[in-house]
Amino acid sequence: MISANLSAIFYLVSGVLFILALRGLSSPETSRQGNFFGILGMIIAITVTFLSTGNFSTGFIFVLIFILVGGSIGAFIAYRIPMTSMPELVAGFHSLVGLAAVFVAISAFLNPEAFNLGVPGNIKLGSLIEMSIGAAVGAITFSGSIIAFLKLQGIMSGSPITFKGQHPLNAIILISIIVLIYLLCSTQSSNLFWALLVISFLIGFLLIIPIGGADMPVVISMLNSYSGWAAAGIGFTLENTALIITGALVGSSGAILSYIMCKGMNRSFFNVILGGFGGTEDTSSSSSREQRPVKSGNADDAAFLMKNASSVIIVPGYGMAVAQAQHALREMVDTLKKNDIKVSYAIHPVAGRMPGHMNVLLAEANVPYDEVFELEEINNDFANADVAFVIGANDVTNPVAKTDPQSPIYGMPVLDVEKCKSVLFVKRSLSPGYAGIDNDLFYKENTLMLFADAKKMTEDITKNL
Amino acid sequence: MEIDPLIFRLSIFILSIFVGYYVVWSVTPSLHTPLMSVTNAISSVIIVGAIIAGLSGNSENVFNTSSIFGFLAIALAAINIFGGFLVTQRMLAMYKKKKKDKS
Repeated sequence: MISANLSAIFYLVSGVLFILALRGLSSPETSRQGNFFGILGMIIAITVTFLSTGNFSTGFIFVLIFILVGGSIGAFIAYRIPMTSMPELVAGFHSLVGLAAVFVAISAFLNPEAFNLGVPGNIKLGSLIEMSIGAAVGAITFSGSIIAFLKLQGIMSGSPITFKGQHPLNAIILISIIVLIYLLCSTQSSNLFWALLVISFLIGFLLIIPIGGADMPVVISMLNSYSGWAAAGIGFTLENTALIITGALVGSSGAILSYIMCKGMNRSFFNVILGGFGGTEDTSSSSSREQRPVKSGNADDAAFLMKNASSVIIVPGYGMAVAQAQHALREMVDTLKKNDIKVSYAIHPVAGRMPGHMNVLLAEANVPYDEVFELEEINNDFANADVAFVIGANDVTNPVAKTDPQSPIYGMPVLDVEKCKSVLFVKRSLSPGYAGIDNDLFYKENTLMLFADAKKMTEDITKNL
Repeated sequence: MEIDPLIFRLSIFILSIFVGYYVVWSVTPSLHTPLMSVTNAISSVIIVGAIIAGLSGNSENVFNTSSIFGFLAIALAAINIFGGFLVTQRMLAMYKKKKKDKS
């Protein structure tokens, strides 16, 4: 058994190690070391907890068993999960953090003596407030992440689910959460505590269903942030520095990522959260859309264009992930490089279903990260490039965002693909993207549409090179 | 008059938000996915609360309602800790520079 002061110092050390873990991610070279710091911080925190309770009886054995069971499940998932499923995995993990926060809060509410928070029915006011906030945010994180997971996994439709009176209903529930916390703190009634949990689960569910598939990067980042705030709330209850520091780090990290994602779509956070964007109206407008001529080609034409190019820029999007085309793409690029063609990759901030989604997929296919560029770094190079190869991206290349103030995506930063001498656009059909609007790029003089599955088309081009 | 310890915890919290703000802005965008998985893993340090809850039962009666919730939370957090760190490691191992730079 170690003193409370000593364990507090060790918790502080593990908090600092967690900061270093995030700091390491500033460059790929230092990132692996950063991850090691994170693991070290976690080992310290867990060991100190065991030492400070000083309880190595039967309960301790069960704790180890549960850690082992959970740990093996986690390790198994981590090794088996394909990289294309990262968004689902992260959403699933968020839900677990949320649920764990709820369980810890329940446990502390039922047995406050174990945490030095008072006795049942007379829990210290401050602790009860912190506990109920932690539990409510944890519950919202849990049910929200479950919905995000189901949408990403395709079990639930990715299109927004909206109904009349949705926003007033949500507002009423949010207000009642605050009222319930107030009542709970004044009466200490356990019924109110359960009621608080139930409506928090409900609001998490209601908040995420109206948000469509391509807005998932914002949703995942936001839930990431929530899971941090939930952890911090529990950290205050347990008076644990490691948990408070971590909660604050994760909370601000998720908030910054949501901000970056919103900026990448030129939409306000509230616009995304209130949901119902795109998706719904495209069915009605597709019939009235004018028929414009498009040039379509096959793998042979594409190979010919690329063979005669001196520089090619590749624009990957969610479609590449769906088709699992990253490896085929890399093979194509290898062949191009053998012919002394300069190849680089252009990544839009919201390409894919989570922040950095495309970068991970390209890294998986052994694409060196110094060939992959962000929007601001590469956008001026399109004018000097010969061929832009758009694979699975759509809205992020639409020039309408720059020209038509009426368009829903007006003002969104887009990749200047149309400035290339020629554009190859791999797509299955002419259907509009997530925003439900037509892409002008399809009808440009210098665009060649390649109607096929992304993976198959890329393989065919490689054969023809 | 003494300062409530809560104020100190609040100070740590607020300062950590600022640390987080500056540290996360320095994360390169290409590593945003590993950032999310590693934040996932570290936020599971909530396991320390779960362990205290799990050990709250006495030696004759290891399982009571409170400790059962603790044990469940331990399992959930452990999935996240192992899964989060390992999948981050797996991802980070894939980020490589051009081959010619290595030699």
